[in-house]
Amino acid sequence: MKYFPLVWANLTRHKRRTVLTTLSVALALFLFASLRSVITTLHAGAEVGSESRMIVQSAKAIVFFLPMSYKERLLAVPGVQAVTWADWFGGVYQDPKNFFASFAADAESYLDMYKTDFTLPADQRAAFIKERTACIVGQHLLEKYGWHLGQNVTLQGTIFQGDWTFTIRGVYHATDPAFSEDALMFHYEVIYERYPRWVQPGWYVLQLKDPALAQQVAATIDSEFKNSTDPTKTGTERAFNAGFVTMWGNVSFLMNSIGMAVVFAILLVAANSMMLSARERTNEVGVLKTVGFSDRLLFGLVMAEAGIIALGGAVLGLGAAKALYRPTDFSAMGFLPGFDVTAGTLALGLGIAVVLAVASGLVPALNAARLSAVQALRHVE
Amino acid sequence: MKIPIVYNVRSLARRPVSTAMTALGVALVVGVFIAMLALANGFKMALVRTGSPDNVIVLRKGADSELSSGITRDNAAIIAALPEVAAAADGAPLASPEVFVPMNVESAGVGEAQLVVTRGVTARAFEVRHGIRLVEGRMFTPGRDEVIIGTAIAPKLAHSAVGDTIHLAGRGWLVAGHFSAGGSAFESEVWGENDQLMPVLRGQVYQVVAFRLRDPGQFDSAKRALENDPRLQVDARRESEFYASQSTVLRTILNFLAIFITGIMAIGAVFGAVNTMYAAVASRTSEIAVLLTLGFKPRSVLASFLAEATVLALVGGLLGCLVALPINGIVTSTTNWSSFSMIAFSFLVTPRILLEGVIFAVVMGVVGGFFPARRAARVPVVEAIR
Amino acid sequence: MALVTIRGLSKSFQRDSQPIVVFDGLDLDFAEGSFTALMGPSGSGKSTLLNLVAGLDRPTSGTVTVGDAEVSAMGPGALAEWRARHVGFVFQSYNLLPVLTAYQNVELPLLLTRLSKAERHDHVMTALGVVALTDRAEHFPRQLSGGQEQRVAIARAVVSDPTIILLDEPTGQLDAKSAAEILELLQRLNREFHKTILMVTHDPHAAQAAGRTLHLDKGVLTA
Repeated sequence: MKYFPLVWANLTRHKRRTVLTTLSVALALFLFASLRSVITTLHAGAEVGSESRMIVQSAKAIVFFLPMSYKERLLAVPGVQAVTWADWFGGVYQDPKNFFASFAADAESYLDMYKTDFTLPADQRAAFIKERTACIVGQHLLEKYGWHLGQNVTLQGTIFQGDWTFTIRGVYHATDPAFSEDALMFHYEVIYERYPRWVQPGWYVLQLKDPALAQQVAATIDSEFKNSTDPTKTGTERAFNAGFVTMWGNVSFLMNSIGMAVVFAILLVAANSMMLSARERTNEVGVLKTVGFSDRLLFGLVMAEAGIIALGGAVLGLGAAKALYRPTDFSAMGFLPGFDVTAGTLALGLGIAVVLAVASGLVPALNAARLSAVQALRHVE
Repeated sequence: MKIPIVYNVRSLARRPVSTAMTALGVALVVGVFIAMLALANGFKMALVRTGSPDNVIVLRKGADSELSSGITRDNAAIIAALPEVAAAADGAPLASPEVFVPMNVESAGVGEAQLVVTRGVTARAFEVRHGIRLVEGRMFTPGRDEVIIGTAIAPKLAHSAVGDTIHLAGRGWLVAGHFSAGGSAFESEVWGENDQLMPVLRGQVYQVVAFRLRDPGQFDSAKRALENDPRLQVDARRESEFYASQSTVLRTILNFLAIFITGIMAIGAVFGAVNTMYAAVASRTSEIAVLLTLGFKPRSVLASFLAEATVLALVGGLLGCLVALPINGIVTSTTNWSSFSMIAFSFLVTPRILLEGVIFAVVMGVVGGFFPARRAARVPVVEAIR
Repeated sequence: MALVTIRGLSKSFQRDSQPIVVFDGLDLDFAEGSFTALMGPSGSGKSTLLNLVAGLDRPTSGTVTVGDAEVSAMGPGALAEWRARHVGFVFQSYNLLPVLTAYQNVELPLLLTRLSKAERHDHVMTALGVVALTDRAEHFPRQLSGGQEQRVAIARAVVSDPTIILLDEPTGQLDAKSAAEILELLQRLNREFHKTILMVTHDPHAAQAAGRTLHLDKGVLTA
C-alpha cells in the first residue's frame, strides 16, 4: 500500500508512545486470554470423560463408601458391560504442598475400563498386577519428582492413617491432554487388608454397552438403591467431572467481569494515545489537505494507525499467551490440567482488537476528516 | 520557591478528555485491585473468625482436615478429661466432640446437589465454639430429627427455611432454626445433634474434639500431653491456627490472581500515564521555559510535574475506591478444597484495603510521571526566547 | 488568456456575533504564465484570497474559476482531487512533515495519482533537481536550513506539474540570501517552465521579482 510509509512515519514519530501503547494493548489481551482460558479449561475439564462410562457414588456424599455387594448387582443391570471401583486415598508426599492425586483401585478391571485413555507397556502392567504393594504413576508425575521405575514412594495417609510405601512398577502416558498424568494408583487390597471392617469401594465405574442407555441405567440403579442405607447417585463420567467444575462457584462470572474491566481500561489508554497524537498533528492535516489529500483518505490514514497499534498489540499479547502456557505445562498447581488458549479465545481477542482499533481511532479520524484545511493551518498547538 | 500546585491542577483541567481517560484507567486498576483483595480478605476473615487462640482442635494423627479424621468415643472422653481443659459453669469439661462430614444437599433453584458441611454437636458446642447465636427459630430438640442451618448457606439450599424439611443422608430433617456465627465458616454449615447424626453418617466415631483451654498459655503442655499419650494417636492445634491453615489453598490462589491481574493492569495504566505526561510536557515547553526564566529551579519543575502525575493518579485512585465500595458485603461462594465443601463468604472491603488501593494509585502516578517530569526539568531556557 | 477568473467575489466571517467583511465584489483576472505579487497590510485579506483561489475556502458569494474548473462551486471531495492535480501551495512556515525525508515530502502529492513507484521517483528527482537539492533527498527537515526547507516545499509544489503555484509569504522566515535564492527559483519556474504564479507577500523586494504587483487594502484592489 503506497501510503504505508506515511502511516509508518507517523507511528515512529513518537516511538516511545507507540511502543507503550502497543505494549498496553498486548498486556491487556494477554490478560484477557489468560482469564478466558481459565473458563475454557474448566469447561474442557468438564468435557473430559467418556459418555459411555458412568460413575456410581454415594448419594449421601462422595466421602461415603458403597457396599462391595453392589458390584454384582451393578453388573446385572441391563446395559452395563463392565464394572470397576476405586477409593480416594489422598496421601501426602513429604510435604502437604506436594499435592497430587492418589487412589486405590481394583487394578485389572480399572486398567481395562480406562484402556482407551492411556497407554501402559504390557510388561509394566503385568509387573504391577503381580505385586501387591506396587503402584503406577503418570509420566508427568514421575518427571516432576525425578522418580524412576522400581523406586519406592512413601505417602503419609490422611484418611487412612500412617505411612504407606509403594514400588513404582509402571508409568502411564495419557492419550488425551485433559486426562491427568499426575496421579498415583495402587491396589485396593492394600487398604482393605488394613481395615477390612471399614473399607469399601468409594465409587464404582461402569462401562455401558451403548452410551444412549446412560439415562436409563442411571435411573435403574438409583431407584434400586434409593431406600437402602446406601443410596446411590449415578451419572455419566462427563457429568461427574462437570460437577467438580461447578464447585468453583462464581469463577466464570468473576473472570469475565475482570476481563471486561481490563479491556476497557486499555481501551482508554489506546484511545488517549491516539487522541494525543492527533492533536499534535492538526497542522499537518491542514498541509495534507492543501496538497490534495481527501477527507476520506485522511480518515483512513488515522484509522490505519489505530489499526496497526491494536493489531500489533493483539498479535503480541495473544501470541505470548498461546506460547506461554501449553509448552511450559502450566496447570495452576494441578487445578487446571491442560491449560491452553483455545482458537475461540484467540478469535475473540482479535475481535476485541478490531473494536479497540475502531473505538480509539474513530474520533481522531473523524476530526481529521472534518477539519477544514484553513483552520488546521492556523492551529497552533 | 515552589511552583504552586494550582498550576498543575489547572493544566490537568485544560485537557479534560485526556486527563479523564488516564484517571479512569487508574481507577479501573485500583477498582479491580480492591475487589480482589476484598475477596481474599472476605474468605480469610470467614476462616480466621472461625477459630480462636484459646480453643484447641484435636484431630486424628495425620489427618489434614476434620474431614479425614476419626476419634472414638472413648478417646474423646480421655481428651475431655485433660487437666488443661477449662470447666463449664456446671463443672463439666468445656469440650465439644463433633461429627464432621460434607453432605450432598439439594441447591436452591438449580436442583443440583452441593456438598455442605454437616456438623454433629452437643449443647457444649455452643459454649466452646465462639460466636454461635440463633437468629431465627429455635435450637434443635435433642432426640429428634432436627437441624439448624447457618445463615450464609441457608439461602443457597432448597427446603432450608425454618419449618421446612431438608433432606440429608437419605432422611428428612426438620429445620428448627437458623444461626449466625460472626461471619465465620460455621455459617456455611448445617448443625444437628451428635447422637442423631452419628448413626446415619460415618459410624461410631467423632471427627474432632474441640475444647477451651483453662489458660491460653497452657496450649503447649496440653499439646504435649495429647500427642504423647499412646492411647490416643492425635494431633492438637490451636483453633485459630487450624482454620487459618484450612484456607491456605484458596487464599494462595486468590492472592496469586490478585497480584497477577492487577500487576499487569497496573503496567498498562502506568504506560497510559506516561504517554499523557510526556505529551503534556511536550505541549508546555514554552511554559516550562518561562518558569525557568522567572527563576524556578529545574528541580522544582520536576517536582511540579511529578506532583501533576500524582494528583492525576490520586484522583483515579479515589474514583476506583468509590467504584469498588459497593461490592462490600456481596456474598459469593466457592469450594474450600480442604473440607471439600461449599463455603459462602462476602467481599470484605476494609479501610486498610482502601488505603492500599490509594497508595497503589499514587505509586502508579509516581512511576508513570517520573521520566516525563525529568524531561520537563531538562527543557532549555532558550525555548522561552523563541 | 486568463487562467484564473474572479467575478463578484465576496467573503465575510462571523466573529462572535460581529460579521467581518474581508472583501466585497472583487473582480480579478490572472493570465496564464503570469507571475503576480499580491501585497497589502496584515488583515487585508490577501491570504484569504489565496485560500479561495486554491479551493481551501468558500466565498460568501461570487465565483472563482481556474482553467475549466469553477472552484467556488465544487464540493470538498472534488476540490481535494482538483487541488492535488492543479495546485501547488507553498506556506510561509514551509510546513514540511517532520517525520518524512525531503524525498518523501516531495512525493506526497504524487501518492494521490496512479503513477507507479518508478514513475514517482522520476518526478521527485526532477523536482528536486529544479530546486537543486537532489543530494539532500534522504535528509529530514530538521537537517535542512530554512532556505533549503522552503526549496523542498517548492519542489513539492511543482512535482505534479500543477496548473498554478500559490505562495503565502514564501520569504517571510528567510534571511536575505535565502530569500533571494527562492525568488530566483520562482522566476525560473515562471520564465523557463511557464508556470503561473500568484504570490502573497508584504516584502516589496520580493514583489519586485514578480511581473505584476497588486495591492489589496481593506478589501479593495489597486494596481
